[in-house]
This record gives sequence, C-alpha cells and structure tokens, in this order.
Amino acid sequence: MPGMPGVDAVTQRARELIPPEGVITDVARLRTYECDGLSHYRVVPALVVIPEDAAQLAGVVGACAEHGVPFVARGSGTGLSGGALPHAEGVLVVTSKMRTITAVRPDDQRAVVEPGVINLDVTRAATPHGYYYAPDPSSQQICSIGGNVAENSGGAHCLKYGFTTNHVLGAEFVSPQGDVVQLGGIAPDTPGYDLLGAVVGSEGTLGIVTSATVRLVRLPEEVRTILVGFASTDQAGAAVSAIIAAGIVPAAIEMMDALAIEAAEAAVHCNYPDGAGAVLVIELDGAAVEVAAEYDEVERLCNDNGAFEQRLATDPADRALIWKGRKSAFAAVGRISPDYIVQDGVIPRTALPEVLKAIAELSGTSGVRVANVFHAGDGNLHPLVLFDESKDGEAEAAEEVSGAILDLCIEHGGSITGEHGVGMDKARYMPRMYDEADLDTMQLVRCAFDPDGISNPGKVFPTPRLCGEVPGRHKGAHPLQEAGLAEVF
Amino acid sequence: MEEAHPTSTAEVAEVLGDATSRGLTVVARGRGTKQGWGMPPTSADLVVDLSGLARVLDHQAGDLIVDTQAGALLSDVQDVVGTERQRLVLEETVPGTTVGGALATNTSGPQRMFFGTARDLLIGVTVVRADGVVAKAGGRVVKNVAGYDLGKLVIGSYGTLAVITEAVFRLHPLPDVERWVVTPVDGPGRAHELAQAVVHSQAVPWAVEVDLPASGPGTLGVLLGGKAEGVADRAETVRRLLGDAAEVTDTTPPGWAAYPAGPVLLKLTFALSGLRDVLTAAREAGVHVRGSAGAGVVHAAADDAGALDALRAVCARHGGSVVVVDAPDDVKQAVDVWGPVPALDLMRRVKDQFDPEHRLAPGRFVGGI
Repeated sequence: MPGMPGVDAVTQRARELIPPEGVITDVARLRTYECDGLSHYRVVPALVVIPEDAAQLAGVVGACAEHGVPFVARGSGTGLSGGALPHAEGVLVVTSKMRTITAVRPDDQRAVVEPGVINLDVTRAATPHGYYYAPDPSSQQICSIGGNVAENSGGAHCLKYGFTTNHVLGAEFVSPQGDVVQLGGIAPDTPGYDLLGAVVGSEGTLGIVTSATVRLVRLPEEVRTILVGFASTDQAGAAVSAIIAAGIVPAAIEMMDALAIEAAEAAVHCNYPDGAGAVLVIELDGAAVEVAAEYDEVERLCNDNGAFEQRLATDPADRALIWKGRKSAFAAVGRISPDYIVQDGVIPRTALPEVLKAIAELSGTSGVRVANVFHAGDGNLHPLVLFDESKDGEAEAAEEVSGAILDLCIEHGGSITGEHGVGMDKARYMPRMYDEADLDTMQLVRCAFDPDGISNPGKVFPTPRLCGEVPGRHKGAHPLQEAGLAEVF
Repeated sequence: MEEAHPTSTAEVAEVLGDATSRGLTVVARGRGTKQGWGMPPTSADLVVDLSGLARVLDHQAGDLIVDTQAGALLSDVQDVVGTERQRLVLEETVPGTTVGGALATNTSGPQRMFFGTARDLLIGVTVVRADGVVAKAGGRVVKNVAGYDLGKLVIGSYGTLAVITEAVFRLHPLPDVERWVVTPVDGPGRAHELAQAVVHSQAVPWAVEVDLPASGPGTLGVLLGGKAEGVADRAETVRRLLGDAAEVTDTTPPGWAAYPAGPVLLKLTFALSGLRDVLTAAREAGVHVRGSAGAGVVHAAADDAGALDALRAVCARHGGSVVVVDAPDDVKQAVDVWGPVPALDLMRRVKDQFDPEHRLAPGRFVGGI
C-alpha cells in the first residue's frame, strides 16, 4: 500500500506468521470488512489478518507496536456501535478462525474458549453436562465471545444473571505491545488489580483477548415464560414495578410497544395478543416449586395492573415462539420502515413512564416514528427510530430524535449505552455523561495499557489523552507535539 | 503522622491536593478494622480518616439501588435499605467494616456463590485521585457500558490507586425466608463429595460453606432463600443430598460469614474440583479452614505461616492462589504475602498512571506497589 511503510512491514511479518489465506491485501476483499453491524460507518482497512492462534495474533500485534500501526479487533462483526470499524491506515485483526472450545469443565463450572467461538455454541457445548452460558445477546447465534468480552454484552437475561463481565473469570490477553498476558483464571479473586474487570467492556481499546475462561451456570429445573398483553405501556410498566416491588427477580422482563409488536407480527408471525398497546415477556426460572409460587404472584400482579391476556409457555417450542417475536424485533422493523436507527440507552426503571411519554412527545412533534423494545426489568431502552433515507431530511430528523432520546436518558440519571457500547457512534456523547476529569481518569487506564494509542484508536473517547502528561499538571505543549512527531489531537 | 478528617468528597480532594503539594504519602482509613491487611505501607505521612463520610445518601427502592458515602458502616447501609425489605448482598465478614473498607479489601462472604462479590454489585463509584482530582465512573443504573469500569480496578486495590469516597450499589430483595441445611462431615473427602452434590444440583443454593477445624469433624452448611414454599422444597432436596445427619434450621449456624480466628489469616482460592485436595492439605498443615466450597474461596486460620508453601502448591495446582491476608508484621516480613502475581508489569503501569509518585499506601499491595 503506497505511503504506508508501517503497514507494509506488518504485512510482511503477517505473511511469515499466518497462512496465505489469512492475510488479505486485495482491495475488493478488504472492502468486505469495511463495517460491523453499524453499517452506515464504513472504512476500508489497510490490511486484514485472520490468525489461527494466539501466537500468530500476538506476532501481528507486536509488529503493529514496532511500526506504530493501529489495529482493530473484530469477532463476528455484529457490534452495533461501530466498535469494530476498521482504521484506514491500520490492521483489522479478525478472530473468526480462533473457534476452539478448549475445555468444558462442568465440575468447576467453567469453560475455556477462543474469542471467535460463537456465543450460543458455548451453551450448546455445556448443555449435555446440565450447564449453560448465561449472557445471551439477541445476536447469540452469530456473535462471538471475543466481541462479547470487548463490549461487555448483555442480553435479555442479564436482569437476573448479569452481563459478560460477571461471567468472565479469566483471559489470555495480548497487550498492545504484543505481549501475551494472563488475567484472572479459573479460580476467583486472583491477587492484584482486577485488570480483567477493566479489559472486559473496554471495546478493544486495551488489547485483544485470545482466550476466555467463562462461568457456566446450572440449567434451571423449571422455566416459565409468560406473554402478557396490556392496553398501554403505562400499565405494563406498572406491572413491572409491582413485580420488582414484590421481591421477585425474574430471569427476564421484556417490553414491546404497539409499533414494535406490529413489526414483529409482520416479520415472524409470533401471534402476540391482538390489539395490545404493549406486551411483556416475563421469564421465571429456578427450582420448580419456587417458580410455581412466583408465577402465581406474577400472574396476579399483571391482572391487578390491567393485563387483558396472559399466555404461559412451559414447553420449549412455545417458549421459542414468544422469544422469536422479541429477539427478531430489531430486524423486524425493516418490515415497516425502509431505514431505522437502533438506539440503546438506560434509565432508572422507575422513570420508565415519564421517559416513554417524553419519547412519544418527541415523536409527535418531529413526526418521526419510534418503536420501543426494551429490557424493562433493568431500564434498558432500545427505541427504534424509523425513517426513509430516500426522503429529504428524514435521516437528519431521525438522528436528531435518536440523540434527544439519549439526552433524556442522561437527564434521568441513566446511561448512553446499556449494552451496545460507545464505539465510534457515541464517543461524542461521552462528555454529556462524564466530565473532563472522569474521562481523563478513565484514560489513565488506556495510557497504562496502550501509551501509543494503537489499539482501536478513535473509539469510546472523544479526545485521546497524551499519555506522557503527568496527571493534573499541564505544562505547555506535549513534547511529541513540539518536536513535530505528533499532531494536535 | 498527621491525620485528616474530611466529611465530603470535596474535602477529601482538598486534603489530597494539599498532600500532593507537600509530597506526603497517604493512607486511607475507614474504621480501621482491616488496617493491618496487606503489607505495612513503607511510609504514611498522612492518614485520611473517612469515618466522617458516613452518610447513606440515597436509597431508591423502586430501582433497587443505594448511593452511599464510603465511610458509612455496612450495617448502616443494611439498616437503611432494610426498611424497604431490600439488602446489599455484601456480607459483613469483619464486624464494624465500612463500605469503603469492604471495597478496598474486596471482602466477601458465603453468598458470593450466588450473588457474586463487590465487583458484581458496585455500579458506580466516585474516587479522589492521588493528585486530588475527583473522578467518577459507572452511574446509578445497573446496566451501563459507557466508558471504562474504574470501580473494578479500585475494588481490592488496598487504597493504592485512589481514595474511594462514594459508591452506588445494586440491591436485592430480602428473601421472605432463609433456611440452612447443615450436616457434620468427618473430613475432606466427605466435605468434597457433599459440596459437589449440592453445587451441581438444581436446588439453587445461595451458599455452600465448609467449616473444618484443624482436627476432628467439621460441618457443611447450605443456605437457601426466597419464597416460603420454594425454600421448603429446596431445603428438602438439599437435606436428601446431604444424608440422614443433615438438619434444616432457620438459625444462622455458628461462625457463618465470619473468618476463622487466628494470628495468621490466609485466603485460599481454587477451582471447585480442587476442594478435597485443598482441605486435605489444610488438615495436614493443622489449620482451621472455613469458607465457600461453592465458590472456591476459603479462609484459613493458622498460628504461623509455616503451611504457606504447601498450601500455595496445592491451590496453584487447582488454578488458584494463597494470600496472607493478615498476620503479625514479623511474619509478613518473612514471607511473600501476595504470592506469585501474573500481569504484574501491567499492574505497575496502572499504578504509575494513577499515582506516579507512589504516595498512596506505598508498598502495601502486590509487587511492592
């Protein structure tokens, strides 16, 4: 590639390390990697490498460090915040050939997996032993564990079981210097700083995980999934509050509003209750007698709050149908709108009625339709903002509404992202949630791991920190800047 | 040695800013219940006493969260959230501990098996850096992936990265009922078999605790909590698994959630399948072991650190470690308190960024950090 001597050097090193089919320089093939799940951001990487093991991967990263070439890790490319968006002058490190489930250890309630392993495959490998892997993002049939670790992925069941960070106990990790480091392990509470806790959810900005030791959870004796129809989201929200107030922690509580239901029906014919203004999908799991007792209470609380229809699924087929409507909701919106933005924000659960009302008002005044799908149990909203790219001004209007929804989340003490990550997409919103000192302090971690800023640069933080600075003491221009070795960031 | 008694995050910032300009080394203290843990700091010009930051700031029952100052007693937090039948599942393994102290030393009790540890419960944190800058991470919602999770870094950091001044936790509902199923066990083999049987059952145990004295029989205790009908049924399932000698009780068993007592306190970790070997080694070494057979974390009380190497070898074989949590200074000086620490170089780099002059509890933590 002309004008990129660093990339040339890394390419040469990659060819020594990796079989030919795993080193891609052909522009047409490079282009197939130009985006992740957030496809309106596109950048063609200078080089794609597909290593087969940690040694190959570490070798490439080491070469990147030596030549100051940025690198971006990519698993299945399903991310929704542009976290795996390539760097035009950098290397895209794809983990899709590292797909070995190294060990399943039910006695220890652990599995050891490579980063390219598909989320659902961990559960498939553990199920014969009576175990499963709890974090279940909607994309679990295609998303990779490496991507989950980078993004700290959630899913419908994190209300009860937590996120990826609660289920990753150890990792083999390649630092931005190309060193292979062990973080955590099969046993809990490894002495020293919890670096793994910092790495999980750091969106590939601290290095690349080449193996993860994950917790396996015992399959519950009983699972009951209930589909409940309400006239309005207010009623459904009140039912959620009542369930939580009763001291019940369901495995999942999901809500969809009328527009989201309409889309799901059009796409997958999930047969949700007719005329519902909102549905809840509530899942209870655990020991059979306990679940039965909780179910009685949940049924009563839903009725008390105006439920007009309740359907209980106990067998896997019925359950799958209920979940199909919910899990396909994002894609289903494509049936009712040519284009849409998937937003991801969080509010305190109790602010739900107020925020939904505000979203409806935003939608009303702007004329932009918003379908609401969310993890109601933990206040994680996924408003789907609908628009038609081919119509003048619609994309901009949708973008504006989508941003205003994030502002609502922040105003109510919530977060700009609950599970999709900051990535490229939301770095500009970070200063609305954290002040300069907060962001500066977070970047101390970045400086410790990656002082040269070559690991997924440009993601998460709106402004990189110059790592040579002594914290809190700013004296004139940065030495690299003065010497003309670095541009003003 | 000077002492400062700030009553707010802003005052802590002022104190640390002043200490920076004077080049003072600083040690943070809550109620001082674990002040002796870790290595003794090589220097402590200033003690920042956080017991004046004792307020539980905000309990949002509907959102199942609590926001508290770091100097608040853990028991005060429980009292506040308990009024709404909620609890913070961070057990008070050391009586009189503060929130900040529990976080800084990452203490945990029996229910970590089901509910996790501080890292699984802390959702937001405010810290004051060595240079006096106030920073926060996380927030007030459970689900949040915006930015780095600094809370995880400061948990268990023994005050060497920053001073924790405020914490937001997720809460859990108080269970309607709690039951313990307790059985005597004659030794490591039986304890291991029974623990495995319960751990891999579908009875949803909240805790599986082993308590094995240096010699003679010990006990295995299982905690279940939740709705009355469900708990009764689960307790019966566990009772059957544990055999004829097992008893169901609604009284907290003796020693529950307390570390075993002795001059030297060790923390042993291991993969679950290593329980038998670890207990056997402890018994051979003549130390009293108590802790979570269901999580792979137990504490041992010993008269001296003579068994350290043998225990380290067996825990390492099962993927774990042994840390000398507390011991007389002469014992600490004579042994490697923290044991082998992987990724130490990266940890030093983190320390260098947060506290470049190494003024926060110098020498207290791993690798002399």
